[in-house]
Amino acid sequence: MKIFTAPAIYIFLKDSHSEIRTRYALNALLMFVVTALALVLFSVGNEVVGTDVLSGILWVIIFFSGMSGLSRTFVSEEERGTSATLQLISRPTSVLLGKLFFNFVLIFSLNMLIAVLYQLLVNRFVVLTPSIFWMTIFLGSCALASSSTIIAAIIAKANTRGTLYPVLSFPIMLPLLLTVMNATRLSTEGAAFAEALGEFQILISYTVVVVTISILLFSFVWKD
Amino acid sequence: MKPIIFSAESLKKEFNRRVIFDSVSFTLHEGGVFAVTGRNGSGKSTLVKILCGLLSPTKGAIRVTIEGKEVNMDVLFRRIGFIAPYLNMYEEFSGIENLTLFGKIRGLSKPPLEQNNFVGDAEELLRRFNIFDRRHDEVRTYSSGMKQRLKFAAALLHRPEILMMDEPTSNLDEEGIATVRSVIAEQRKHGILIIATNEKDDVKYADTVLNLDERKTRKSSS
Repeated sequence: MKIFTAPAIYIFLKDSHSEIRTRYALNALLMFVVTALALVLFSVGNEVVGTDVLSGILWVIIFFSGMSGLSRTFVSEEERGTSATLQLISRPTSVLLGKLFFNFVLIFSLNMLIAVLYQLLVNRFVVLTPSIFWMTIFLGSCALASSSTIIAAIIAKANTRGTLYPVLSFPIMLPLLLTVMNATRLSTEGAAFAEALGEFQILISYTVVVVTISILLFSFVWKD
Repeated sequence: MKPIIFSAESLKKEFNRRVIFDSVSFTLHEGGVFAVTGRNGSGKSTLVKILCGLLSPTKGAIRVTIEGKEVNMDVLFRRIGFIAPYLNMYEEFSGIENLTLFGKIRGLSKPPLEQNNFVGDAEELLRRFNIFDRRHDEVRTYSSGMKQRLKFAAALLHRPEILMMDEPTSNLDEEGIATVRSVIAEQRKHGILIIATNEKDDVKYADTVLNLDERKTRKSSS
């Protein structure tokens, strides 16, 4: 396992240092979060909106924020012409794991920021069971990172990258989005932690299945 | 010198049903220099991309045997160094950062202390290719010739048994070309060299030449 993980860690560190220096994805993600939150606040105004709707809006912001930046990890390699270089120095599985870990750290940090800002700015969105809410954010980030990474690898090879990413992501992420929205709604209704276990099991299963399929298929996507 | 056998068996490549080349077969042994020539669009770059594992052939296979053991194609990258105009370095990193990064990802840091004991080799290569003084500058500030020199340093860092070069002297000045010639001479001593080029000066170093226009191999006259 070390032969995959050690290079994967260095690929993760390479992407992190590169991101800190170039702000390739970070600026786009942050700008989208700020814009989307402002739009939600303006459009909701003083209207009385149910917590189930607010839970949905939270994940709409997270989904589209992720769409604006998560593909960059592979698209930037293609655009800069470094994907062939990366192919020549490491195994495909190491590249996938490194990129997956980078996307997870990026989307988890972003989701934490969105979750905190959303609770501070949207008055009617009150989390009554924080353990469910934060577990949903964590598992939702894992699931989002796993599916967005393999989709990013696929669309990076296409000419119409920008439009293809959300189009291809939506059907694959739909079961995940429905689950996290439901779990978030439970957290706002004061449900007991045990009541959300079914949702958590779905999120864990989704992540395991997507990561396993990604590892099996990635070398075909990556090589040609 | 390790006994190495590099063989291409009936390679064929098609793009959208257009046949780029067909029935390309050859076998190379250690100490051999193989040149691929042909006019623009004949498939030289496509062939070397297949030979180094960047592309899959439509038909045929590559087999590499080192010291009697067949190398798994998944780890062929460990045995190959590749230099080509379309391979890019990470421009936001410096030259030495690129080489250190490549060394770490390739697994050149050896236990138990995981020291970057290849950094000395990296600095030596940068000196050899005359870019040591600019090693801490970002690659984006390098000229195209300096980037080509850095690609050579990156390809030689892990001391590959098989070295492949696509248009190796492009963008290089006289001094850079002389260094490439010395790399060719050294590689002949401890491995296999494959060059895709149209430069007559490069071709004359080859033992065997494959002309993709004629689709046949011949022994070099030099």
